[in-house]
Amino acid sequence: MSDRLGTGARGDFPLLGREMRGRPIVYLDSAASSQKPRSVLDAMTNYYETINANVHRGAYEIAAEATEAMETARAEVARFVNAPSADEIVFTKNVTEAINLVARSWGGANLGPGDAVVITEMEHHANIVPWHIMADQLGFELRWIGVGADGQLDLGNLDRLLDGAKLLGVTAMSNVLGTLNPVRRLADAAHGAGALVLVDAAQYVPHLPTDVQALGADFLGFTGHKMCGPTGIGVLWAKAELLEAMPPFLGGGEMILDVRKDGFLPNRIPHKFEAGTPPIAEIVGLGAAVRYLDGLGMDRVREHEVSLTAYALRTLEERYGSDLAVHGPAEPACRGGVLSMSFRDIHPHDLSQVLDDRGVCVRAGHHCAKPLMRHLGVPATTRASLYVYNDTSDVDSLADALGAAGDFFAR
Amino acid sequence: MAGLEDLYREIILDHYRNPRNRGELEVPPAVQAVGFNPLCGDEVIIYVEVSDGVITDVSTGGQGCSISQSSASMMSTAVKGRRVAEVRRLVRAFKHMMSIHGTGIGGTGDDLDDDGDGGNGAAEVKLGDLEALRGVVKFPVRIKCATLSWNTLVQALDETFA
Repeated sequence: MSDRLGTGARGDFPLLGREMRGRPIVYLDSAASSQKPRSVLDAMTNYYETINANVHRGAYEIAAEATEAMETARAEVARFVNAPSADEIVFTKNVTEAINLVARSWGGANLGPGDAVVITEMEHHANIVPWHIMADQLGFELRWIGVGADGQLDLGNLDRLLDGAKLLGVTAMSNVLGTLNPVRRLADAAHGAGALVLVDAAQYVPHLPTDVQALGADFLGFTGHKMCGPTGIGVLWAKAELLEAMPPFLGGGEMILDVRKDGFLPNRIPHKFEAGTPPIAEIVGLGAAVRYLDGLGMDRVREHEVSLTAYALRTLEERYGSDLAVHGPAEPACRGGVLSMSFRDIHPHDLSQVLDDRGVCVRAGHHCAKPLMRHLGVPATTRASLYVYNDTSDVDSLADALGAAGDFFAR
Repeated sequence: MAGLEDLYREIILDHYRNPRNRGELEVPPAVQAVGFNPLCGDEVIIYVEVSDGVITDVSTGGQGCSISQSSASMMSTAVKGRRVAEVRRLVRAFKHMMSIHGTGIGGTGDDLDDDGDGGNGAAEVKLGDLEALRGVVKFPVRIKCATLSWNTLVQALDETFA
């Protein structure tokens, strides 16, 4: 395990210096949003203090510097996910906007009655509701790949589901189960059936080395705030030829080459999809986040998380046995560091309340995955999620706090 | 910082472990309403039967945390057998208690205090055991848990008289 990860990384994150009720904060909710390293905060402050100006307009020096900073970040993000070209990186607000962009723009131009879109039962609402909305408008069919008992996708009837489908939407890693889905295999099957592939990589890009070309994706979305970057900035990566053919999404400034009273000429990609003044400081911050993660090394980040997940699964099993269920794959190498737990009959809201009393930050709820919750037969789960700054002491604190919650509600 | 004992009073845990008026009523004559807490996925189902302006029967279903379930249970015992007008005053008094200094910190525009008295008229209503839920206000994210069944009761009453 690299000494830059775990305890070694904590000093990079100012918030983790906070105490909660006299104890060091135990932050185990990075799947919802990660903490930010000093270098990201400094990059954003430096942007505002030295080169703040609107981009792609203005002939003066700082406007050119702001544009340069934004486009440098775009190139860094492209390299981080091995995109063939920075022109394929469209900045959005988050993954939700990225998927809505595809559903509205590509979907609006390509889907209609008789067509089908295939998604999975373990999708986040962000990769479900946009398709519901467009299915209502356009009359295509929404089909579902189910989830098996082991937290893996049930691919038994994949060929039948893909027959006649125009798009397959799949999460690369479940935000509830931690399941790492076989994206390449799914992409090959989808392409064989003539369908495109959209990958929700919100939980994947922050945690594993990502190569959009090796994954076989056509569209892939991820978000800054889960990968050490700021909120308000996400990315849609898509193949250039798809972006070229798609109609614009939002209209306004920046996304045009010419506007006349009788129409407009859209800008070249990626600007065609970036209407209005972008979140420039956040884009600069995302660039710094990518540099920070590169400095750690994404291979090492993954190794660290596999090792810590294994420790967590082992510790929880040893301490609580059958009183505690961790949903999703049992094998750490097949999953991410997302531990969705059901503990005795304590409701997740009550459990997380007692954990919070001990400074342990976890997420309780349905995790924006209600179809999956219904499949699991639970109203909610308590989710602890691991990242670069977590170490075994955080897992121990979680295990201790679970014990305290058990005692509290056994009164 | 409020302690857990402020939130989880013994009477609350008792109602959670032994919920009163749990089950279903026949619809009609009863009216059913479903309330959701989108934050945590909790669902509460309230059945209410009204006759001659009196709530003759009430029943609760659904799933949720100790606060939402105990609040539903306590609500059911507090409203059963009482006049609807009286119950509406009780709802206002309860929701007033569930807002910090009556300013509605947990307010979401669905505030039921629509009689223009700023909740003052609610002050005379006796809350009894419901006072045990007062500590919830110190945990703002839990206020919605406590008010879920009350909002759903109002939905059911509104539907009864729709």
